[in-house]
Amino acid sequence: MPQAPVPDILPALPEIWLAVAAMLLLMVGAFRGNASTRMVSWLAVVAVAIAFVLVLSGSKETGTTFAGMFVVDSFSTFAKELILVGTAATLVMSMDYIRREGMERFEFPVLILLATIGMMMMVSANDLISLYVGIELQSLALYVIAAFKRDTLKSTEAGLKYFVLGALSSGMLLYGASLIYGFTGSTNFEAIGALYTQAGQEPSIGLIVGLVFLISGLAFKVSAVPFHMWTPDVYEGASTPATAFFAIAPKVAAMTLLVRVLIAPFFGAVDDWQQIITLIAILSMGYGAFAALRQANIKRLMAYSSIGHMGFALVGLAAGTEQGVQSVLIYLLIYLVMNIGAFAAILTMRVKGQMVEGIDDLAGLGRNNPMLALVLAILFFSLAGIPPLAGFFGKFYVFLAAIDAQLYTLAVLGVLSSVVGAYYYLRIIKVMYFDEPAESFERPIGREMTLILGASTLFTAFFVVFPGPFLAWTQQAAAALLP
Amino acid sequence: MILSAIAFYVFAAIIIASAVLVVSARNPVHSVFFLILAFFNAAGIFVLAGAEFLAMILVIVYVGAVAVLFMFVVMMLDINFVRLREGFLQYLPVGALVGIILLIELVFIVTTQVNVPEVLAISGAPTPNISEVTNTHALGRLIYTRYIYLFQAGGLILLVAMIGAIVLTLRERPGVRKQRISDQVGRSRSDSIEIKKVSPGNGI
Repeated sequence: MPQAPVPDILPALPEIWLAVAAMLLLMVGAFRGNASTRMVSWLAVVAVAIAFVLVLSGSKETGTTFAGMFVVDSFSTFAKELILVGTAATLVMSMDYIRREGMERFEFPVLILLATIGMMMMVSANDLISLYVGIELQSLALYVIAAFKRDTLKSTEAGLKYFVLGALSSGMLLYGASLIYGFTGSTNFEAIGALYTQAGQEPSIGLIVGLVFLISGLAFKVSAVPFHMWTPDVYEGASTPATAFFAIAPKVAAMTLLVRVLIAPFFGAVDDWQQIITLIAILSMGYGAFAALRQANIKRLMAYSSIGHMGFALVGLAAGTEQGVQSVLIYLLIYLVMNIGAFAAILTMRVKGQMVEGIDDLAGLGRNNPMLALVLAILFFSLAGIPPLAGFFGKFYVFLAAIDAQLYTLAVLGVLSSVVGAYYYLRIIKVMYFDEPAESFERPIGREMTLILGASTLFTAFFVVFPGPFLAWTQQAAAALLP
Repeated sequence: MILSAIAFYVFAAIIIASAVLVVSARNPVHSVFFLILAFFNAAGIFVLAGAEFLAMILVIVYVGAVAVLFMFVVMMLDINFVRLREGFLQYLPVGALVGIILLIELVFIVTTQVNVPEVLAISGAPTPNISEVTNTHALGRLIYTRYIYLFQAGGLILLVAMIGAIVLTLRERPGVRKQRISDQVGRSRSDSIEIKKVSPGNGI
């Protein structure tokens, strides 16, 4: 009997390291009790930092392992770095919050670590099965994180809603995957892609139906319209650090996964999926812009904002070119940094020991706390896409890619909804600077928060000065993906 | 050959009979027992078909876990099964209709199979010869080598499920008497026994 070869585990070293670290921290927590939460959180940040170094120092060559199920290339490396930065920032931001709100349990950082492993598996997936397993690991941990504040009705409702709708989307995704498997005979992305490039034949209709279901399932994970229903309620109900986490890392993971699925195995079907992605992008941008206009809760507002931003990122994907993929990656990078900053600011909104979430509570922040107001103003100007801040460049590259791919309608509609969307960001700035001051927020906000806010604001403000390395980096990542 | 045919028909007949009894038994505990009987016989059919791994899994998972879970539900919850069963005949036509539709679909699947030619070329993981290797062995070889990544990831998912269940439900309840073995073992005689001098004739 032939001995099976031992798979090469080196490419998956960051994931393996994080899994081991999560289990070790679980043991630490189980033995030391909830008093050790802060220590576990910091150790988790250290673990994430080490994983970041491992990802960076990993092989630069494209390589697969585990019988072709796991792929490492510049694209996955870039996405993993974004995810790890987002995770580390969330962990740091959550520490004070979970202690104040009486949800200080050591499982919180451990679950975040486990969700991160799932996301890294998603971006490295090279097979429909490993795609699904990664998504489930991520989602299952996120459901629990959403319901973590189990004594409040809103949080449990958020968790339940997320779980039920997430299970539905997983069902659609699996149905699509099984159709694709049935019509191609393989779950491996390379094998599916090879089938497409053969002899230029028309893809079978069953394969297209499968692809539509797969896109629906993934669109749910990036919360693109019409699969967005869960987003506002879950974002509002979950505790604020959990919301921050949802808005940051999983979005990046799901979007990069969607890009990989559509570009790597289904590049041959670009004409088929281009119309779907275009439609989803238009709907997301429009809905994100219009539905956010009347929101009074800042977490709900951020939910609609993230729906809109995912629409903008999808514009780049709809182009279906290397430039398009690159623009998606730039967009995700900028989106990640802006959202980290925005949520760090939201986490400092505390009046008399109580967290507040209303937009009215920001009134007069320009007088009460000029520094915080300035930071928030920069971040929201950037989210609205006002030059010369980073958010403008994200949208700029995305629309440029769409125009180069001759998707003029898409680009025009995108710019229009960006204008509508600017209104609600600017409204917040108006409330901060021109309204009668409300009760001022508690100070100090803590050293870690100051650091995160400062770093993300500096990046947002000065991206215009040094875009070179990021462009080169994303260029390389996009080139690795396209055949 | 004839022996295995006889065995198959015996197993199959018992499965159908016990399946009918699961639905029609008046006592829910009996229903669960018939369910277990059906599972055991299905395992027998799997053994006949040469799928001994499936037979083992069926007994371990379905009999060992699922049926016992049913038993717990039946015995611990006060469910009025007679009330639940009311209107059984009333829903029978609808149920029969669903059954017939499923049957037609099954027939469709079997008769109208489409084989995409280029798919046939790449599909089909090499099946090891059943006379050389038991299927438990073959599965093990695949799961622990080719699919080790997915196997370990599945383990992580289960770990998350476990953590989640504990995080969301475990509560510290004050005032509950728990057994503390170390306290019990650590008791000394002087903690629990007091020697009293009883003077004769006075009682205690």
